[in-house]
Amino acid sequence: MKSEQSQKRKILVCCGPGCLAVGGREILQELRTKVAEAGADIKVEPVIKGTGCHGLCEQGPIVRFLPEDISYCRVNLADIDEIISQTVLQQKVVERLLFTDALTGRRVSSQSENSFYKKQLKIALRNTGEIDPLNLDDYLERDGYRALAKVFSQMDPGAVIAEVEQSGLRGRGGAGFPTGLKWRQCARVDNFPKYVICNADEGDPGAFMDRSIIEGDPHSVIEGMVIGAYAVKAHRGFIYIRDEYALAVKTMLEAIRQAEARGYLGRNILDSGFDFSLEVVRGGGAFVCGESSALMASIEGRVGEPRAKYIRSVERGLWDQPTVLNNVETWANIPPIILRGGEWFNRIGSEKSKGTKVFSLVGKVKNTGLVEVPMGISLRELIFDIGGGILNDREFKAVQTGGPSGGCIPADMLDLKVDFDSLAAADSMMGSGGMIVMDERTCMVDTARYYIDFLTEESCGKCSPCREGLKRMREILNDICSGSSRPGDIEILEEIAGMVRESSLCGLGKTAPNPILSTIKYFRDEYDEHVNKKRCPAGICRELTTFIINSEECNGCGLCKKNCPAEAISGESKAPHVIDLSRCTKCGNCIELCRFNAITVK
Amino acid sequence: MSAIKLTIDGRPVEVEPGTTILEAARKLGIDIPTFCHDPELAPNGACRICVVEVERARALVASCCAPVAPDMVVHTESERVVKARKAILRLILANHPLDCITCEKTGQCKLQDYCYRYGISESDFEGEVKELPLDDTNPFYIRDMNKCILCGRCVGRCQEINGAGAIDFIGRGFSTIVGPAFGDPIEESSCVFCGMCVDVCPVGALIPKAGVGKGRPWEVEKVKTICPYCGTGCSIYLHVKDGRIIGASPDFEGPVNRGHLCSKGRFGWDFVHSEERLTRPLIKKDGVFVEASWDEALDLVAEKVRDLLNRYGPDSLMGLSSAKTSNEDNYLFQKLMRSLGTNNVDHCARL
Ligand SMILES: Cc1cc2nc3c(=O)[nH]c(=O)nc-3n(C[C@H](O)[C@H](O)[C@H](O)COP(=O)(O)O)c2cc1C
Ligand code: SF4
Ligand code: SF4
Ligand code: SF4
Ligand code: FES
Repeated sequence: MKSEQSQKRKILVCCGPGCLAVGGREILQELRTKVAEAGADIKVEPVIKGTGCHGLCEQGPIVRFLPEDISYCRVNLADIDEIISQTVLQQKVVERLLFTDALTGRRVSSQSENSFYKKQLKIALRNTGEIDPLNLDDYLERDGYRALAKVFSQMDPGAVIAEVEQSGLRGRGGAGFPTGLKWRQCARVDNFPKYVICNADEGDPGAFMDRSIIEGDPHSVIEGMVIGAYAVKAHRGFIYIRDEYALAVKTMLEAIRQAEARGYLGRNILDSGFDFSLEVVRGGGAFVCGESSALMASIEGRVGEPRAKYIRSVERGLWDQPTVLNNVETWANIPPIILRGGEWFNRIGSEKSKGTKVFSLVGKVKNTGLVEVPMGISLRELIFDIGGGILNDREFKAVQTGGPSGGCIPADMLDLKVDFDSLAAADSMMGSGGMIVMDERTCMVDTARYYIDFLTEESCGKCSPCREGLKRMREILNDICSGSSRPGDIEILEEIAGMVRESSLCGLGKTAPNPILSTIKYFRDEYDEHVNKKRCPAGICRELTTFIINSEECNGCGLCKKNCPAEAISGESKAPHVIDLSRCTKCGNCIELCRFNAITVK
Repeated sequence: MSAIKLTIDGRPVEVEPGTTILEAARKLGIDIPTFCHDPELAPNGACRICVVEVERARALVASCCAPVAPDMVVHTESERVVKARKAILRLILANHPLDCITCEKTGQCKLQDYCYRYGISESDFEGEVKELPLDDTNPFYIRDMNKCILCGRCVGRCQEINGAGAIDFIGRGFSTIVGPAFGDPIEESSCVFCGMCVDVCPVGALIPKAGVGKGRPWEVEKVKTICPYCGTGCSIYLHVKDGRIIGASPDFEGPVNRGHLCSKGRFGWDFVHSEERLTRPLIKKDGVFVEASWDEALDLVAEKVRDLLNRYGPDSLMGLSSAKTSNEDNYLFQKLMRSLGTNNVDHCARL
């Protein structure tokens, strides 16, 4: 059901994180200038908006035309004149700017025809990419603050909590704790003041889900938080935003100012008698600051370090007062749940994981970007239908889910349902929704080492299992990858990993062994090859790799020779080539490039 | 609120709500190892050596922080627990010097004790170890951060109890150390040398200088006494070997000080055996001090007092006694002064 407003002509220019990085803002400016210049020739002048993320980040900058629903990708400044003369003035499609559907190979003009979008369902991202985040009227036009009005006019706090409980919503920040239950526990405590907090620390490397929501639709988070505050009777809230997210901070501050000016925040909101104020706090700059007790310490002005807590923060949280902490995406789900009912939300998703989840789909997959899918979708659908399959049609090897302390899931588990419980059962986790696809040219030991490197750097150092354990695990992985490991190292790894998981103080340490344990579980052979045969089957660990050219497969095309930076490859044209092993630096260029699979790892 | 009933190692126990598992176990006489736990500090939960298995809990639980719950079933030495403790000890040991033979803490080091208890003689986890310079520039104690296991008790004591805030955690992850800001030597920090940190350090990272090389803990006789420095009356133990004082430590049970001491009571004992200490009366004759007998000295004082009284009257006299003497001595001293006709009496602790 579209309102009259949204039928107007609009040009939406993506200014999400991915598109900004490739010049989205410049495209927006140029379109504005050129459309203004063409002014008199345009029959119905379009509204031009910079919006949040459209999802297909890797193909930005993206420009979309409504109501025709034409989307262009990889738009250059040089394309603008043609876009004006063709699409703006004549509603004609510029073929070459259309998306190519990764599945069918066909050019598609509307998002709804694109396989990337077909299986998606947008709830948390309902407005992201559709509205100008800094235009409150855009938000209002798409049902914004209607849930809040409904709450004030029809619902008491208990009814709000009941609705959220009925929805089955679980926290999107990683642990999947039932949101309604969290609110109920906090509401039960007779101790005031209470606080609500939004966790926008998003410390996972490469993640941008929460950032995209704040930069693309900040009011949905604000609205969710006012509703949550009303439910638990809190009058003060904080949005803790990762320090590097300058644009998110700016956008949120501006959105708060707008909401205050229009009476959606502050004293006596919408004449309800309910007061609520919201502040932005900039993050402490470490991954562990996203952990709830560290985050609260950081808001209090102390070092952002986890505390031993056996009393839940719903009872004693920020400044030892009852506190509800939820993730950005969790908050953004609240308004639709209130407006459309918990039952509606509960019908979406899998048995114990309701609704949708936003993922950042990256790695060796054709369509990379931001996706929102119903819980319970299979990994296969996510990677092969939405993601369009593996880049260069290589072999799929594994998918890493859950951020740095998640796990790697192998090819024979592609039919696994993506939800909290199945991912955990597979020794991985949902985490905040990172999803990194890996192809055959990925060494799983090296992958584990990459994550352990990150986590070792991010360990706060307070508790001994995590501080000392991660350090030793990193050293052992380094040994394995460089060929200096000894028999028994894998068992030592498992032993340390098991203890760190069981004994660490906070969630960082408790989950840090996942990358190791899951790769050992599913790729034990690969570890054994490294340790016992001193060979890296994927050809990634340089000390353990030897590339050879199979003379029967090589047809002497010379592509490898031309691209070898070490000039280690020789051979006459049309005759089999050879690699001079003494010069080869194991960079792997040749094996990546050879189109005849003639190069292998010895 | 009513008492909470739970079971620890198969034995039932009843405790107040809010009691930690560790405290409940101690009530039963069960000894759970701890490094970072300090009864005077807020729970820290850093070392994790106190982990226990609680039935139906997913992970192991730090007993020093976790409160008891009704019908909880706790195992303090299960296979899982012992396995985790052993791994923790091996990890700590992998980053700890193994010079126990000459370490001053030998015999009263918790790391040693627990390694003994769990049969850990060396660590098989090899890798980088800390290499930090010693801080021994002050006269009182040596800081060897290579031995520090980062339990944080010193930091907690210095910040929460003394309030000096001289030391804190610096850095993060594996490179975390404890010390004054900017890596300054402790002497240049706000340290008041109360020694509280030294007394709680479970390992040999903080060592009083005075006793270095002077005796093993088991050779030392600890003599309980009252600190003679001032009138507060702190209980202390003097550490005595072969009739000589080689150090002191606070009495954690002492009703007056409960483990606290000032820098004098904690470190100021070198005067006892000092070469410069006066052991006999000296009388200045022709500009030089000459040893004299007590009778000679007292006769001289009496003569001078009498002379002053006669010439200028009793108000020309003042008696100054020492807080290091007993109450009884001081009582007699003021009586003496008053019998001489003056009320001018005072003692050094008021200065
Ligand atoms: C090391 C660590 C980092 C975390 N980082 C984040 C984060 O960046 N964002 C987030 O929402 N939750 C993060 N969490 C989870 C939070 O502790 C907390 O569970 C969450 O914010 C609760 O909100 P939810 O119930 O809505 O998920 C982190 C947890 C750990 C242990
Ligand atoms: S588990 Fe790691 S990050 Fe968490 S408190 Fe311990 S050392 Fe710090
Ligand atoms: S001696 Fe006292 S003041 Fe100095 S660091 Fe130790 S606890 Fe702090
Ligand atoms: S110096 Fe001693 S008391 Fe202080 S943190 Fe290190 S081990 Fe603990
Ligand atoms: S004694 Fe419990 S964590 Fe250190």
